[in-house]
Amino acid sequence: MSFQFDKMNNTIILDVLREIGNIGAGNAATSLAKMIDKKIDMKVPVVKLLDFEQVPELLGGPENVVCGIFFKIEGDMTGSIMFVLDQKSASNLVNLLMPRDVAEFDEFTISALKEIGNILAGSYIASLSGLTNLKIKISIPAIAIDMAGAILSVPAIHFGQLSDNVLIIQNEFIEVLEAKSVDGYFFLIPDLDSYEVLLGSLGVTL
Amino acid sequence: MSNMVKVGMADLKAVVYPDALTTLGLGSCVGICLYDTTTKVTGMAHIMLPSSKAIRKNENTAKFADTAIVELIAQMEQLGGRRARFVAKIAGGAQMFSFTSQNDTMKIGERNAEAVREILKEYGIPIKADDTGGNFGRTIEFFSDNGKLLIKTAGKGIKEL
Repeated sequence: MSFQFDKMNNTIILDVLREIGNIGAGNAATSLAKMIDKKIDMKVPVVKLLDFEQVPELLGGPENVVCGIFFKIEGDMTGSIMFVLDQKSASNLVNLLMPRDVAEFDEFTISALKEIGNILAGSYIASLSGLTNLKIKISIPAIAIDMAGAILSVPAIHFGQLSDNVLIIQNEFIEVLEAKSVDGYFFLIPDLDSYEVLLGSLGVTL
Repeated sequence: MSNMVKVGMADLKAVVYPDALTTLGLGSCVGICLYDTTTKVTGMAHIMLPSSKAIRKNENTAKFADTAIVELIAQMEQLGGRRARFVAKIAGGAQMFSFTSQNDTMKIGERNAEAVREILKEYGIPIKADDTGGNFGRTIEFFSDNGKLLIKTAGKGIKEL
């Protein structure tokens, strides 16, 4: 395989992935706003390559309990996409939909989060598909509520086959009226043989 | 004074009594704990992938089961351990997200645990405790005074092996 992940820092590839993150997250924010019929602001997404060790720190440390919603990507390119948010953001997100006390991750909250995750990841992938002309779709969601380290081991292991870094796209959505903030992290994880398909479709030659 | 020495992801450490070792939030990764019952030399590795062989960028020996075990044994021997006396305890290898149709990449936890078992067998190190699989994360602590392994989970309690 000719693709080398670590060189991305200095190349156009990171910019391309950042732009994908930007457009994808923009679409996700629009979908979210439509769904809850409220104005949603979005900060410019932050796309970074982080060491394995740094990733759980973003989510309150490896033992902090967070929520991960995971989808497989199927079609012209394969891989997976995961949306991760901490307990506070998860509860804010569910609260935007329905005013309800969501201190605990009960069955109701979990099912609401799956649905929201589905819409966010779905619009993310739809914009990726539009941008690349690749036919791709996402699977049904799988959800896990567990230690950040454990949940983040999933993207870390995938990226671990290429490098010692994880590519992370951080998005912050803010519901304007009540100023409730949702800090979410997308991990776009192409399968190894799909990097060339993805970047090639955007005119980036490796 | 005993220290609790932290082992990161794709990392390994060897210590002597009375220090202890810990790694936080193991998911599909596997924590490999080795203990010399006589000298109390203690080691831990937090591996991410089963084998370094199919991977071109493989200089980080602690990332792979095959190379990490070799390196951990070497570091423990430098501290006065003897491989013939080593016993192992392993934990992790969970599958955090499950789908009805499984492909190989999703079963990485299981493959990690299997690789660790095979390699330990190759080196003649008996596995005294094996807490792998499931769909949940684990934090582990390994103590050099008696080779006790403490496994903590989010919502599934603590156990001692």
